[in-house]
Amino acid sequence: MATSASTFSSATRILQPLNNNNNNTLYGNQLGMSSCFLGTTKKLYMKTPFLSPNSKRRSKDVLVVSEVVKDKNCNADSSLSNLCHITWPLDNVLITKDEGLELYEDMVLGRAFEDMCAQMYYRGKMYGFVHLYNGQEAVSTGFIKLLKKEDFLVGVYRDHVHALSKGVPARQVMSELFGKSTGCCRGQGGSMHIFSKEHNVLGGFAFIGESIPVATGAAFSIKYRKEVLKEADCDHVTMAFFGDGTSNNGQFFECLNMAALWKLPIIFVVENNLWAIGMSHLRATSDPEIWKKGPAFGMPGVHVDGMDVLKVREVAKEAVARARRGDGPTLVECETYRFRGHSLADPDELRDPAEKNHYAARDPISALKKYMFENNLANEAELKAIDKKIDELVEDAVEFADESPHPVRSQLLENVFADPKGFGIGPDGRYRCEDPKFTEGTADV
Amino acid sequence: MAAIIQGIGTATALNSTNSLDTNKTLFANSRRSLSDRKGRFFMVRSDGCLSYGLNGHGGRAEKLITNAVAAKEDTAVAYTSSKPGHELLLFEALREGLEEEMDRDPTVCVMGEDVGHYGGSYKVTKGLAPKYGDLRVLDTPIAENSFTGMGIGAAMTGLRPVVEGMNMGFLLLAFNQISNNCGMLHYTSGGQFKIPIVIRGPGGVGRQLGAEHSQRLESYFQSIPGIQMVACSTPYNAKGLMKAAIRSDNPVILFEHVLLYNLKERIPDEEYVLNLEEAEMVRPGEHVTILTYSRMRYHVMQAAKTLVNKGYDPEVIDIRSLKPFDLYTIRNSVKKTHRVLIVEECMRTGGIGASLTAAITENFHDYLDAPIVCLSSQDVPTPYAGTLENWTVVQPPQIVTAVDQLCQ
Repeated sequence: MATSASTFSSATRILQPLNNNNNNTLYGNQLGMSSCFLGTTKKLYMKTPFLSPNSKRRSKDVLVVSEVVKDKNCNADSSLSNLCHITWPLDNVLITKDEGLELYEDMVLGRAFEDMCAQMYYRGKMYGFVHLYNGQEAVSTGFIKLLKKEDFLVGVYRDHVHALSKGVPARQVMSELFGKSTGCCRGQGGSMHIFSKEHNVLGGFAFIGESIPVATGAAFSIKYRKEVLKEADCDHVTMAFFGDGTSNNGQFFECLNMAALWKLPIIFVVENNLWAIGMSHLRATSDPEIWKKGPAFGMPGVHVDGMDVLKVREVAKEAVARARRGDGPTLVECETYRFRGHSLADPDELRDPAEKNHYAARDPISALKKYMFENNLANEAELKAIDKKIDELVEDAVEFADESPHPVRSQLLENVFADPKGFGIGPDGRYRCEDPKFTEGTADV
Repeated sequence: MAAIIQGIGTATALNSTNSLDTNKTLFANSRRSLSDRKGRFFMVRSDGCLSYGLNGHGGRAEKLITNAVAAKEDTAVAYTSSKPGHELLLFEALREGLEEEMDRDPTVCVMGEDVGHYGGSYKVTKGLAPKYGDLRVLDTPIAENSFTGMGIGAAMTGLRPVVEGMNMGFLLLAFNQISNNCGMLHYTSGGQFKIPIVIRGPGGVGRQLGAEHSQRLESYFQSIPGIQMVACSTPYNAKGLMKAAIRSDNPVILFEHVLLYNLKERIPDEEYVLNLEEAEMVRPGEHVTILTYSRMRYHVMQAAKTLVNKGYDPEVIDIRSLKPFDLYTIRNSVKKTHRVLIVEECMRTGGIGASLTAAITENFHDYLDAPIVCLSSQDVPTPYAGTLENWTVVQPPQIVTAVDQLCQ
């Protein structure tokens, strides 16, 4: 089929500039990585252009999809040609001052919140598995700040910062982590199950993979509302965030297929931080370039530097616009890195210190700061003011959480069933939920 | 994915041997208030011999499974309803219930393998795709965990999906979605999101379908918190439970049985919705309480005929609600008969019968004059060979023997 042939050729074209970048080889050598351990990320250094030492805002490597759609005036017959890419002219200033400050504030919030979580965890204020987002802020901020309140967001277990970016108050998230009744899920969810109906955060899924079908279902709902319920103005989108580990799960592939098949308004965002706990992405994945799986299913696949919020945002804009227009799903692979272990229980002894240092030097917050200074979008004082504001906000969240009450016993049975008749009929012929012990939370169910 | 298409032609063609004439009365509005709960039994009196024919294998096949769904009752008083009603096969009753709900509520949609253009492997969704369109009756790729998860995502965001497992066994692939998302998500979200989804499909031991297609998933699903499970057994209750399941804000798993799709019954013309939590009194009696559900109801009724001839007066209850149990109906019966026999197609270990035994022992031990007897399927992978398969599930003579012993 001609169209599929062009798909592949365009896909490989995307690869070419990546492989031709000599700086990367140089950089790999600079790191002095001589190990042939399969898990090393050396290979990735070789492949990915944005890791070059002078990589700040390297324009030619960001691949944006839909410009081509416009430029080439693609129609339905050649819909697969939207898999092409163009070079993004990044010499233009990409953001206004206000946008820059908003992005900065959101990233700083994510970072400060997570640092505080670590403190609180070690202080015994929160328990269980707590997975922190440090280092990956550019992805959450770059994507989610483009969403409307009505848009759906689905994350995995590393979900605090996604919720914050979507507008869930820090107080509610922190309180949830403290297991308090004022938490966004009344203390019933915890770190890995952050939900907010008000902000259309659909989770928070602790098992990877399972979130992707749920996100696909939310996208199906949007299409259904538009086409069956005739809500013409329903142009909402769904964003599903997950990691490189999840991209080896069957549900990822199944949902890519269904989303492309039905042209659902969804953006699959792979946060490739190179490690699935202790499993190197390169040891786990036959073809480590995850974005290439998009074209295989008939949707654009885009690879972007996930440590650069502006690049992420540009790609996200296009992907969101595509979804809103009804042009279907997009797969975006953001190459990023977590600055901490998998969870706070992870001693993080496996990853090479050189690799960690390499990415630490590419801290997305510092990079944005630098960009804003260089482009006269903000001065030191303005950013300091934001830092201070966020520190206070996070402090306030901790105080709020600390002072909030623990859930009371009567809460125990309240949310098992949306309709508590589901607890059934007791020996006395009445519904068990009518038993006073039920509302006290002391009934055996 | 394995092949599944057994029994397809059968659902469409009405075999002349399929005649289960049922005269019954329904005096119980399913949505009655709780204060009316006393005297709440309604009866579905089955009268007439039922056999069924699949694939026209004729005599041999019927011999192998003579007891599959045989129900012949003593000639008890036959009630006639005030309205004539209409005759339907069980799969048509399910379809009628589904269609009524889709007419009533535009957020009700169907998704699953071959539910659309093909009309469903057992024709429960036949004709719905042309009527409602491909989006409301969504043919999905063969990806059970993903389309089940999709149903959950759709339910969280305002729709009321009915997800069909082409064969219930396939839903093992969606176990994580059913357990972690269907069952728990309302709770973990602090009550913010509800999941008004119905998961339904054909299950049970069919006719020589082999182990994987002969699953009784109710035992696997029963410990998942936050879901309800019902099993239908007659066209009347199939339609009423389907409608109730769709209207429920809870995730509901509706179990259908592959061998019951061609049961015929006269059901009311007027709309009715059953109660998801209620058991059904099939045959009131005095000597022993027989609790059963789904296809085993017919084995029990066949045994009941013998038992009556032997002078017993058994009380037969189709528990219908597999989770939660209707403890009120069970209590009233145990209090009267003091003896309990459970007959199920589920596995002996960790099955519905085991849970039922525990519930009765815990709650009604004082009423019991004898230990509860539970007849379940053997703990073996369901064999292919017809003879072995018959020995795997409970047969009417075993029921008769068990009652004999229980009432000594």
